[in-house]
Amino acid sequence: MKPVAGWLRLRYETCGDDPLAPDAGGTRNERARESMDVFVQQLINGLTLGSIYGLIAIGYTMVFGIIGMVNFAHGDVFMVSCFIALITFLLLTVWLGVSSIALAFLVVLVVAMALTALWGWAIERVAYRPLRGSFRLAPLISAIGVSIFLSNFVQVVQGARNKPTPPMLSGGITLFERDGYAVFLAWKQVLIMAVTAVLLTGFWYLVQRTPFGRAQRACEQDRKMAALLGIDVDRTISLTFVLGAALAAVAGVLYLMYYGVVSFSDGFVPGVKAFTAAVLGGIGSLPGAVLGGLIIGLIETFWSAYFSIEYKDVAAFSILAIVLIFMPSGILGRPEVEKV
Amino acid sequence: MAGSQTALPGSAMAGILRDAALYALVTFGLCVPIIAYRTDPGPGTELVLVPRWGLVAALCAAIFVVRLVQRLVLLRRDARRALTPSPAQATEAVHGEPDAGQKTSKVGLWLFIFVALTLPMISALATGGLSSARYWIDLGILILTYVMLGWGLNIVVGLAGLLDLGYVAFYAVGAYSYALLSTTFGLSFWVCLPLAGLFAGLWGMILGFPVLRLRGDYLAIVTLAFGEIIRLVLINWTDVTGGGAGISSIPRATFFGIPFTAGDDGFAATFGIPFDSMHRLVFLYYLILGLALITNFVTLRLRRLPIGRAWEALREDEIACRSLGIDTTATKLTAFALGAAFGGVAGSFFAVRQGFISPESFNFLESAIILAIVVLGGMGSQVGVAIAAVAMVGGPEMLRNLGFLKAVFGEGFDPSEYRLLLFGLAMVAMMVWRPRGLISERMPSVSLGQRRAVSGAHVSEGHG
Repeated sequence: MKPVAGWLRLRYETCGDDPLAPDAGGTRNERARESMDVFVQQLINGLTLGSIYGLIAIGYTMVFGIIGMVNFAHGDVFMVSCFIALITFLLLTVWLGVSSIALAFLVVLVVAMALTALWGWAIERVAYRPLRGSFRLAPLISAIGVSIFLSNFVQVVQGARNKPTPPMLSGGITLFERDGYAVFLAWKQVLIMAVTAVLLTGFWYLVQRTPFGRAQRACEQDRKMAALLGIDVDRTISLTFVLGAALAAVAGVLYLMYYGVVSFSDGFVPGVKAFTAAVLGGIGSLPGAVLGGLIIGLIETFWSAYFSIEYKDVAAFSILAIVLIFMPSGILGRPEVEKV
Repeated sequence: MAGSQTALPGSAMAGILRDAALYALVTFGLCVPIIAYRTDPGPGTELVLVPRWGLVAALCAAIFVVRLVQRLVLLRRDARRALTPSPAQATEAVHGEPDAGQKTSKVGLWLFIFVALTLPMISALATGGLSSARYWIDLGILILTYVMLGWGLNIVVGLAGLLDLGYVAFYAVGAYSYALLSTTFGLSFWVCLPLAGLFAGLWGMILGFPVLRLRGDYLAIVTLAFGEIIRLVLINWTDVTGGGAGISSIPRATFFGIPFTAGDDGFAATFGIPFDSMHRLVFLYYLILGLALITNFVTLRLRRLPIGRAWEALREDEIACRSLGIDTTATKLTAFALGAAFGGVAGSFFAVRQGFISPESFNFLESAIILAIVVLGGMGSQVGVAIAAVAMVGGPEMLRNLGFLKAVFGEGFDPSEYRLLLFGLAMVAMMVWRPRGLISERMPSVSLGQRRAVSGAHVSEGHG
């Protein structure tokens, strides 16, 4: 994964002095203000990253809620969506000569969502549906197989190199500037947070207020009973995968726009982090997934800024282990009752 | 359906065609941007798109034909079955007898052991000399390493029913234990080997203790997290581990103190035979064979002890175990630590064989491969694990030799590129068609009166 930290470092360099270095000349007050500026900047970066994690985490949490399996391949579905978005964007701008960024962005978003949803559907149909009623670890092992397949499939058809994209959206506004350190809010960060907020509202409505949402929640509670009441369980599960993949595709488009580079191996680490987010927020809970995503994004950004960049993934993995060990039902999840 | 054996009704044919067309359409949708256009680095930093619509069309056509044939074959089979319902079908599930293909024949087993014991001789005879047999002996060592890892993980996954996705961490602990102890303190391989196992087992206990209360898939994810943490620490703790560059010039194995060198105190001179650099390799082969057999022996013996029975009972039903007074945490911990210890020993063998280790050898994919070997072997079956290791490690290796594919697909075609892709597909296919693995029968460890094999379909796995 392309670290935020690299991007941050560039920003520090262009702003002159490293704001984290102890400033010999500054008074205590100045330094406090300066660290406040750094804090605000990290907050913005963390929320942006967290939005992306939150969107991926929803896919994990919904699938776990409805069929109780960890969809290990979800991170790689996200990576596939990045590639679909990359190729569509290049097609639009280079071959078709679309110059309007807004139009290009919308088309890329729709195409990536549709095609990634198809991937999600196909994966469920081929690799998970036949395993329903098989032994409990079978879907997880199958998902690991799908994950290995997807990343190597992309490596074979697209090559192993990093794929850089031309910047889709640049510029931004400087919120405030003091002593040469500017707190910068890029337009793409605004866009990421806005798209996430709009989609989550829509998604919340879908799950809470529509017949599909009702069917989905019913299957989550008791699949057998839902089937007895005339709900097409297989179709509901398929749709859950389709929606999860579509949201992962949104995350993929935003990720590509934010970092401007993607490679075939970029699915694993964001996938694990999003899963951590889902677990932290309480697996099975939609608001929990978003909350968890934001928390993981913030922790990762602050950890890289204040402690060490090298160990930022260790931090994420440690949180995963700690949460699962000490708080397995997460922040907003329901405690699990063991039935005999 | 009775009349459909001779001629297909038109409506059925139309349905099948529509179904196959739908499959082709979905394939097309999946291929569209990602296969249809390859992104190549252009002259500047920009990417250029290279269209490959021919490939997409070929794939869609292939899927169409495959699905069509599959449906037609299925239709004919169903029609035949409808005509002659076999009485066995109805009672199959009740008897649960493993079918002939699933039984391990005694002859095959002995042949397998014979080949394993004499591989260096056979390959030397077949290729006409020890040094030309190098490839086969190397492959044998590689496969046996995975057999040992598979048997080690089998204790955790197959016997105790704990899904461990971070097994490679213990392999890494073993490898780094030997590498660091030998390069910094100059300890010999034979001292380090048990130490590496001990360290790995200790790590297994440290990591296992907090996580073993968790349910199956949570446990799997936490072990995955621990595996990744250990790898990331190995990469970033440059002062001790050498970071991403790894540790090189690790001392080589000696024949119980006698080095494999051409000098006067070397192996060849001591035993009065002409020097051959292959002696070391043959020795390594028998070393890993011995280590693997020890793992197997310990596992088989432990299965007869109370602790082994407790593992299997735990896999079947954790709650029943607890109500019978079995200390589930301690039982799980012994399985976890023992599996880890064998992983550590295998790791230290890996370090001595390679002479160079780096964190890249211990990534998640390795864990997945070892797990796949255990799963494909039919969790709990020792023979199955060995067969699966040969298939999973040897099979992809065979891909490299398929030169004729180059003639079919053009010169730029490299079959080994598809190794992991096929590997992932095999894992999925295995779960779909044979979730109980290659050897899915189980011999009960204890039985009253006559011993009868139990079909894997009747054996459930543990809850934690």
